[in-house]
Amino acid sequence: MSLTTDDVNKIAHLARLGVDIQDVDTYAHDLSGILDLVAQMSELNTEGVAPMAHPMEQGQRLRPDRVIETNMREKFQSIAPQVEAGLYLVPKVIE
Amino acid sequence: MNNKTIAELAKSLRAGEFSSVELTQTYLKRIRQFPALNAYITVTAEQALAQAEAADKRLAAGSADLLTGIPIAQKDIFCTDGVKTSCGSKMLDNFISPYNATVVEKLNAAGTVMLGKLNMDEFAMGSSNETSFYGPVQNPWNVSCVPGGSSGGSAAAVAAGLAAGATGTDTGGSIRQPAAFCGITGLKPTYGRVSRYGMIAYASSLDQGGPMTRSAEDAAIMLQVMAGFDEKDSTSVDRPVPDYSAGLNQPLNGLKIGLPKEFFGEGLDGEIAAVIETAVNEYRKLGAEVKEVSMQNLKHAIPAYYVIAPAECSANLSRFDGVRFGYRCDNPADLTDLYTRSRGEAFGKEVKRRILIGTYALSAGYYDAYYLKAQKVRRLISDDFKSALDEVDVLMGPVSPTVAFGLGEKTGDPIQMYLSDIYTIAVNLAGLPAMSIPAGFVDGKPVGLQIIGNYFAEDRLLNVAHRYQMNTDWHKQMPKGFE
Repeated sequence: MSLTTDDVNKIAHLARLGVDIQDVDTYAHDLSGILDLVAQMSELNTEGVAPMAHPMEQGQRLRPDRVIETNMREKFQSIAPQVEAGLYLVPKVIE
Repeated sequence: MNNKTIAELAKSLRAGEFSSVELTQTYLKRIRQFPALNAYITVTAEQALAQAEAADKRLAAGSADLLTGIPIAQKDIFCTDGVKTSCGSKMLDNFISPYNATVVEKLNAAGTVMLGKLNMDEFAMGSSNETSFYGPVQNPWNVSCVPGGSSGGSAAAVAAGLAAGATGTDTGGSIRQPAAFCGITGLKPTYGRVSRYGMIAYASSLDQGGPMTRSAEDAAIMLQVMAGFDEKDSTSVDRPVPDYSAGLNQPLNGLKIGLPKEFFGEGLDGEIAAVIETAVNEYRKLGAEVKEVSMQNLKHAIPAYYVIAPAECSANLSRFDGVRFGYRCDNPADLTDLYTRSRGEAFGKEVKRRILIGTYALSAGYYDAYYLKAQKVRRLISDDFKSALDEVDVLMGPVSPTVAFGLGEKTGDPIQMYLSDIYTIAVNLAGLPAMSIPAGFVDGKPVGLQIIGNYFAEDRLLNVAHRYQMNTDWHKQMPKGFE
């Protein structure tokens, strides 16, 4: 499996991940190598095998919908990078 | 004081040989004495001394737990209220956690003293601690070598006597391999045994926290506090926690040990194989029966892991978007630019590689071929362990195919680095508990013996490790210059 620089740029866009132009070739090379490693799984016949998501076969537990968290607004305000008049400031791009 | 175990320190504190404040000051001094090791990202001296004072009061009042007053340190992946929690990344360099991880909460409640936050591979992705934004950690046994990873700071700190014990996390070997490289005892519990709440997620179906200590007895003491059901973690398993110290001394007569022949094949350093063989012989002397077992799907563990872990990492790390947590780029042109540049500027190369691989494996048209296939392979590997553990009580083998390698030696080739986790990764896929204990040296560098047990058989593992440590002194060795 060989990934091109175009592929890397497409994947990086899907992940909203900035990748330096000068590094794209290296990523294409590294990712192709990892996919070659991963491709060894295809030697194994997995027909009829149930996929395993949790070692204990445990499903998601449900809990009653009640308030358990306390209001920590002051604390969150105190550790936020930028606040003003009780609001969290973010760059203008977020509408 | 710094070369004593937690069990010994607890006795000394009770005998009044020294106070927790004095003990804490000793460790803080040692941390300042060895800055080049780079084991700590943050030292919390003031809070530590306040906790030590409170511990001394508890000790005087007779309301102390075994861990009260013992100075430990937290891997910087665990959220600590009011203290920077960086996860080894530029992304979280400015993140002050507003709450404690359950593990931190429990260790605090037991009265431990937190000396600080320990260095680690960025977001726990790495096997050498070289991907940390804060720079690599040195191995105290040979400062030109890596301490292993991702819990490299934890292993180096305990080995060098810069903490009496530490927490670690293990997704593909990140407790066991650094424990082996630094000559300490590390325990990765059964998946679901220790709460993941407040432990920054890398691969949620594999991540598990555990203790890193100077002995199996200490690991039992720490695990006792760390383990248990937590309703805040949806994958936590609701099952009583046994008394881990109670069975430590049980004799090993009739213990059945399985040696997976796939652990001793090509790629294993011959001198390490000899060390493991000597350790297994020691167990024979202690009354154990040894037989060979086979796990034919083991070689597919690394390929399956490098689909499952990156896939889960790409989903987990999507929360770091420049808006809600951590680093934000300057002057974003629009929302996409804000996301892309914040992530691009703050994540290191290894994290980016894994996000890219995971995104690719989960993208339209590839899910079945990669993620689903890997989950099926995961089942087969887990079934191999189940059949083996039907025949024997524990499995033994090496932790790593080599001893600690040189700093910078493998950074150029990520795949070579991945392959070094061959003996540890399969255990995470199966969700089983496993330990690394010191079993000897090759070229003056420690070798770890891996012991793998059945689900929730941490008590048995600790017993098996402790009996060995009663009869050997590998775990008592200290690196030169750090005695």
